[in-house]
Amino acid sequence: MQALYAQLLVGLINGSFYALLSLGLAVIFGMLNIINFAHGALYMMGAFTAYFLLHLTGIGYWWALLIAPIVVGIFGMILERTMLQWLAGLDHLYGLLLTFGIALIVQGVFQNYFGSSGLPYAIPDYPQIGEWRGLQGGMNLGFMFLPVYRGWVVIFSLVVCLATWFLIEKTRLGAYLRAATENPTLVRAFGINVPRMITLTYGLGVGLAALAGVLSAPINQVRPLMGADLIIVVFAVVVIGGMGSILGSIITGFALGVIEGLTKYFYPEASNTVVFVLMVLVLLVKPTGLTGRAA
Amino acid sequence: MPDPKMAEAATKPAGAEVLSVSDLQAWYGESHILHGINFNVKAGEVVTLLGRNGAGKTTTLKSVMGIIGKRTGSIRFNNEDIIRASSDRIARLGVAFCPEERGIFASLDVRENLLLPPIVRPGGLSLDQIFELFPNLKERLNSQGTKLSGGEQQMLAIARILRTGARFLMLDEPTEGLAPVIIQQIGHTIARLKSEGFTILLVEQNFRFASTVADRYYIVEHGKVIDGFANSELSANMDKLHTYLGV
Repeated sequence: MQALYAQLLVGLINGSFYALLSLGLAVIFGMLNIINFAHGALYMMGAFTAYFLLHLTGIGYWWALLIAPIVVGIFGMILERTMLQWLAGLDHLYGLLLTFGIALIVQGVFQNYFGSSGLPYAIPDYPQIGEWRGLQGGMNLGFMFLPVYRGWVVIFSLVVCLATWFLIEKTRLGAYLRAATENPTLVRAFGINVPRMITLTYGLGVGLAALAGVLSAPINQVRPLMGADLIIVVFAVVVIGGMGSILGSIITGFALGVIEGLTKYFYPEASNTVVFVLMVLVLLVKPTGLTGRAA
Repeated sequence: MPDPKMAEAATKPAGAEVLSVSDLQAWYGESHILHGINFNVKAGEVVTLLGRNGAGKTTTLKSVMGIIGKRTGSIRFNNEDIIRASSDRIARLGVAFCPEERGIFASLDVRENLLLPPIVRPGGLSLDQIFELFPNLKERLNSQGTKLSGGEQQMLAIARILRTGARFLMLDEPTEGLAPVIIQQIGHTIARLKSEGFTILLVEQNFRFASTVADRYYIVEHGKVIDGFANSELSANMDKLHTYLGV
């Protein structure tokens, strides 16, 4: 049983990253109509930004959670202004190729300087309150041992996902966003600066990827190809959940992480392929994804 | 009865030119749609563009709104040239647009649709005034926008641009496909807005409806304005009008 719970926890952790990344992809796809293949590279940049902050300036984990998404988000907005905006109205293929090229270049540059091996990033050991050493250590839940950092990643990711969902589905800004997804021309004719909103949306989606990168750094180390490995699974998640659905991408992200974890326990040989098998099944039965709208 | 607050917000003295369009040409991609449109609208007027399908009426409205990619000539709104302005800037100058397809957002509920266009200047209608004009909307606030009937969607499309404070409204075929009783209600609404100082540019195929609200008409054909007359001259021009519209 211990092993089952451990795999469930690993599944939830992976699910957190899937959810944060596919959520960003969904937001970007909705507004820009671009399948953002650079997402994995931007996730990696988030982790590296945390690493640089710590080793070059001494700024630690907690500030990195805030600063890295902003820095990488700004980088994303520059990409959008200088390159992606010119693809508006063209076939999906152009955006896919451009962002894939960007991903290869970014990953290539980091590999050139840092190779392929992982750089360690420690779990923060502050603030120290009573017996707590930041997010280090663990606690015994009775039925299993829970490393504090892993519990934190799951809960924090869930909070960020729900906050993003709330922002998009329940606020005035979100109403602009949803309306502009449907009919950008008309929203602009109401006096809203839609191009600026598109840039900010891309920044938001990229920021979520960078945040996932920071969260991942203490667990998976910081590697130039960390995003390339993950993004293939995330795209499968997006296909299963349905492109462009906010709540769908959150739920599917967590659910598939858990399914993957369970497979690791019950039939480990299939754990790397179960997501893709599910993707094939969903594509056969419901090509728009479980919660998706027709593209 | 005119509401004093709204009447006060009618800033322009009657007769001043609000919109002046001269030699407007416009293109959809490669196809040249407008070949030199000339007309004007004065403050407080309801002006109607009449013409057959495909004559260029809708393209004219969209050009004024700045949502046609390529356009040349001159469009002056309150004496400012807006031919090169982006549509969000034009909206912020006080031009409001109600498109032919109504443009109700499916992913927004009625309340969100109603509150979507931002306030561009003071003097717009309050929600209470809007619900007085369109009582149906108040009961449907939480419905999904596209679950409304065609008539309710048209009312919502008009209602949401009345909040913004824009005093110049462009309505593209607001009666298309609607039942006579709803058309009548929309006619009353336009008359009421006119009495409260709004300036309205209307596109219509239904000139019987237009004749109940319009001060002046322009006839659009093959991307040009080929004729124009006042409402008082309507009966004298009936034969010509039948020829123009082919009815």
